[in-house]
This record gives sequence, C-alpha cells and structure tokens, in this order.
Amino acid sequence: MSTSTADPYGDCGSGGRVLTAEGGDWQAVAEEASALREERIVVNMGPQHPSTHGVLRLILEIEGETVTEARCGIGYLHTGIEKNMEFRTWTQGVTFCTRMDYLTCLINETAYSLGVERLLGITGDIPERATVIRVLLMELQRISSHMVFLATGGMELGATTIMTNGFGSREIVLKLLEMITGLRMNHAFVRPGGLAQDIPPGTLDSIREAIPELHRGIGALEKLANENPIIKARLVDVGYLDLAGCMSLGMTGPVLRSTGLPHDLRKSQPYCGYETYDFDVPTWDTCDAYGRFRIRVAEMYESIRIIEQTVDRLQAMPPGPVMVADKKVAWPAQLALGGDGMGNSLDHIRQIMGSSMEALIHHFKLVTEGFRVPAGQVYQAVESARGELGVHLVSDGGTRPYRAHFRDPSFNNLQALAVMCEGGQLADVIVAVASLDPVMGGVDR
Amino acid sequence: MNVEKSPGGADSQDTHAEVGSQEPARTDAHLAQEAGSQNLPATTDPVPDVVAVREGMFGVSGSGDTSGYGSLQRTIAMPGATQRPYGGWFDDLADVLAETLGEDGGPGWDAAIEKVVVDRGELALYVRREHLVAVAQLLRDDPDLRFEMCMGVSGVHYPHETGRELHAVYPLLSVTHNRRVRLEVTCPDDDPHLPSVVSVWPANDWHEREAYDFFGVVFDGHPALTRIQMPDDWPGHPQRKDYPLGGIPVEYKGAEIPPPDVRRSYR
Repeated sequence: MSTSTADPYGDCGSGGRVLTAEGGDWQAVAEEASALREERIVVNMGPQHPSTHGVLRLILEIEGETVTEARCGIGYLHTGIEKNMEFRTWTQGVTFCTRMDYLTCLINETAYSLGVERLLGITGDIPERATVIRVLLMELQRISSHMVFLATGGMELGATTIMTNGFGSREIVLKLLEMITGLRMNHAFVRPGGLAQDIPPGTLDSIREAIPELHRGIGALEKLANENPIIKARLVDVGYLDLAGCMSLGMTGPVLRSTGLPHDLRKSQPYCGYETYDFDVPTWDTCDAYGRFRIRVAEMYESIRIIEQTVDRLQAMPPGPVMVADKKVAWPAQLALGGDGMGNSLDHIRQIMGSSMEALIHHFKLVTEGFRVPAGQVYQAVESARGELGVHLVSDGGTRPYRAHFRDPSFNNLQALAVMCEGGQLADVIVAVASLDPVMGGVDR
Repeated sequence: MNVEKSPGGADSQDTHAEVGSQEPARTDAHLAQEAGSQNLPATTDPVPDVVAVREGMFGVSGSGDTSGYGSLQRTIAMPGATQRPYGGWFDDLADVLAETLGEDGGPGWDAAIEKVVVDRGELALYVRREHLVAVAQLLRDDPDLRFEMCMGVSGVHYPHETGRELHAVYPLLSVTHNRRVRLEVTCPDDDPHLPSVVSVWPANDWHEREAYDFFGVVFDGHPALTRIQMPDDWPGHPQRKDYPLGGIPVEYKGAEIPPPDVRRSYR
C-alpha cells in the first residue's frame, strides 16, 4: 500500500472518479503488519464461493491451516426491502418481505401479517381456518428450509448424496406449497387479515400422501448421516458456542437449542394458536455443529406432527372464510381459477362490473389506496427455521408502513462466526457457517 | 377528546373520563389530538405524541392540485405517555426498575425514564440517551428483570419531530421471565449520538452498525462502527426519510409509470 496521499492513478488520464482504499486506521494496521514481518495470509473466501452459503464474504487471517481471525463481509444482497416497503401499501408489503429469507417465505409473511394485524387490533378476528392454514404452511416451510440446510450443508462438506437426497425431499414440500399457493417460492399468500385464498380441493389428501414420503426422505438422510463416521468427524465439537455465548450474542433457534435450552417462541410466546398443538422442542447438549444438525432433523419430525394435526383440523372444519369479515380491511376478492388462469373471482367481477357501483368503488379504493392502520408501533416475533424473526412495524396512521424493520435471525447469528471459527481449522469454518444456516437474502434484506 | 370519532364506544367513554380528571387546560397536544384522533386506536391514552403535521392528500400542492384536498391538514400523532397503572406485570417491572434506578449511584427513575407507553399489549420505556447504558445494565442484570437478550436496534426517522428526529428502538427479551419490553431512545439530527449498548449486549454489534449505516446514528463506544450493508464509500444514509427511494420511470403498455416515490399516492 502506498504511503502517499496523492492519487496513484492521477497521471494515467482515465478521467473518471478514482477511489482508493484508504482511511480509518488502515495505515497503522498495514505498518504494524509489515513491522512484524510475519507470514500472515489474509484469505478472502467468497462472496462468490460455493461453500459460503450464498454471497457471504469471509475475510480469514490464517497461519498455515489455522484461522487466527475471521470476519464477515455482508451486504452483497442488500436490496432495500425495508425502504421499499415504506412506499407500498400494507398489503403490498407482503410481496416484499416474502423475498427476504427466501427459504422461509411464508414465515416472513406470517410474521409481517401478524404485526399488521396487531397494529389494526384485529388479531382476534382472523378466521380460525386462516390461522390453521398459516400453521400448516409455516411448518411445511420449516421442513423445506431444514431440508435445504441438510442439502447445502452436505454439499459444503462434499457429501453430494446428502445434497441430492435433501433437495429431493424438499421437492415434495415445494410441490405441496405450489399446489396451495400457486408458487414454489415468494408466495405472497399470507396477507394482513388472512390469506389470499383457501386451500384448493384435494390438498389435504395430497398432504396425507406426502407425509410418508417425507418420513422416508428424512429417515434415509438420518440413516446416511447420523452415525456416519465422516460426518461425525467433521461436525462433532466444531463450531462450539455455549449457552453464555449464545445469550450474549442474541442467538436463537437451533443454535441456542443445541446448548440444551428449549427456547422456542412457538412454546414460550405462542402465536397462531401454537399452544393448542401437541409437539416437542428438540434440544441437544453438545453446543456444536453436530447437535444443530440433529436438532434440525428432529424438528422436521415435530413439524410433520403439527402438519398432521392441522390436516385433521382442516378436515373436521366446515368450509369458511379465510379473510377477516371487516370489509374495510379484507381484500375485496378472493382469488379463483378462471378460464385464463388464477385471478379475481368471476362472481366478484360480475358484481362490481355489472350490479354494484359502490362495490366497484370500494374495490378500487381498497386496492389502490389500501387501508389505514392506526398510529403506533409493534414488535412481533415468530420462530422462523433459523430463530427469532422479529418485525418492528411503525404506522403513522397512513396507508403505508412508516417504518418496517426485520430482525432477521440469520443476520444476528452470523455475528457468532468469529467466536466459532477463530483458533480452529480452515475447513471447520465451512462447517461452522453451515451449522448457522444463514440465508443471505435475510441477512442483507 | 372527540368521542364521536373514536371507533370503540365503551373505551372512548373511559378515556373521556380520564381527560376530565387529568387536566382542564387545552394544550397544543390536546388540539392536535382532536385533529389526529382518527389515527389512533380507541384504547390509548388521551394525550398523544405529535410527530408531524401534514398538508394535502396526494403529495401535490399549489395550483397543480385540483383535487380539493390540498388544504387538508392532518396531525400525525403517536400513542402518548401512559399513566399508572400500566396493567399486569408492567407495573411490577416499573416498580423494580424504579427501585434499582433510585439506589445510590443510580440516576433515578425521573432522570432516566422520559415516559412509559403501553400500547397494543406492549410496554415501551422511553429512556433519556445519557442514561441508556445504566438502564440497559439494570434491565439485564437485576434478577427480577433479567432481560438477557437484546433483539437488535431499529432506527426510525421522524424528520418533523424537532430536537428528537432520530429514534432507536431496542426490543428486549427475558428468557427467564418470558417477557418482552421495548426501549426507545431519541437524539436530534444535529447531534446524532447515542451510547452503544454493545458492552451490555454484544449481540447489538451488527445491529448498531446497521442503524448507523441506514440512519446515521453514531453509537458512541461501539468497537468498530462502520457501514455494514452499504459500500464503505456510500454517501448518505438510505433509510432516512429525506433520502429518496430512487428508481426510473418504466413504460407499461404505452403508458409511462413513474417510480414509486414520485407516484401520486394517498398519504
């Protein structure tokens, strides 16, 4: 690095703006490093690297194979979702927040919708049917997200069989989600006030048929990986973070539960009626990557248990609305299948175009202007597949969020990487990152 | 209090009675609240916090506005300070915190806590910034409070709230007692400094960097306050209200659609 402050490219006549990496205490750091005359290697791993779980840049200082310092560089996937939401209606916000943590789309949507509903004060008015379907969708999503954890985690260790098996089983869930919402990802299906539409006929049977398949898929992965000597050699005692470390770093989800603390918001601060479902919170007591892997596998079985209960409830439930009755909030039309695909229901179109001008005005106002949300703020937290997903919403009484902030578990948990990796082997960095299971879409938002 | 405008009949009767018993003088906040009452849920305290007064309806002003809404004035009011009792365990928490804050060496409740807002089942403590770290330390360490986890910090920009434009909101979680509380701290735009709580909750490291990056709040005492999402040489702080969203007009079926932040919209 040059010690002069003159522009090193000033003479080459490029004409454009030249940026130099200077400032802060960089000068002092560089001088100190050169004075030490040690063989220090700083390796940039990522942001384009197949084993960093997305566009995560790891800045590793290594001595031989030992990592002496590890830092994360993030922001490569920042798309300004929170800022964008301030310029769209409360309902349109769902379309944005579903794209944050793209493996838990429906959990993001539900967290956001629960927040908006609390601001509106209509939490108690959400139809039971909508709430049960939300739980069903969230648990399906949890399975698919954990399957991606297994698949990508396996791939990062070089175990391609785990990857193909994991993605194969995820496909079962994605097919169900596609059947219910019409999309495999970025569903925008859960809306403030309820759901975009009811589940289509035949869904419950398809889910019942898929459950044994899922059991088989998880079982195969368990047989392959649980006692696999290579997996155990790579995962056991790697990425160690104990309870005190987890608490101080705000870790939640499987990472916290791998220390033995059964903290799960679905149990401790239930939402969507989770207190009425029968399920356990799996824990492990080794504080390492292996424990987190086993917890996620066990959680998939628990999710299946919840899914079975939701299916039973939906079977026993008479058909009914999946959106609040309040016409000032509820989206005016439920989606329906027409000759040209999915769209506003034809009955509704007939009514607003043919018989009721007031209904047309109402539809127009609600869709273009949106509903007003009383001023105030809420913090709504749900248990995502990765930990506590918190939504901080501020309303100024208008038709758009004044501020929407998402406390994404991946963003918070990635902070722990340094404490998990430093002093360990370079290859263990990969395992530690995989055990955190960060999703960069959620980290950067 | 404009009772007719409030949605909930029974609740508005209660709040009306409270106004009468509290103070007879008509303050600015009172007048503003009358104007802004349509923004508020019926159950909040009668003296709201005015954060802005807006004119017009569609973001158009002057002779270009033919809608007739141009001279409309709307007061933006947030739920105001709540008086005791707060209800449930909120009072216990306030009692314990007041007691520990009042112990020797402590700043005392009145000096540290600006106000308490109970709204939508959540307790929010508005802390004066100079005492933030002391309050945070007590909330974490006192066995009866024990908020072990801080779930980050969320910045909010209220450009019209002169002298307290920037807010920082800290959601806390107590695993021991299974409780949540929100801390809110404000600082003026001219002096955007808040003490860092990284010494209390190391988890806030990245969250404070994020709030600095997006709002320009400088957290004094943070170990390495640098941008986290935006590039290091980025000018400005993107999530402030005075920072434009950006975007370009796009053509759709022959019509030109302006970018979302300059579109005519209901405000």
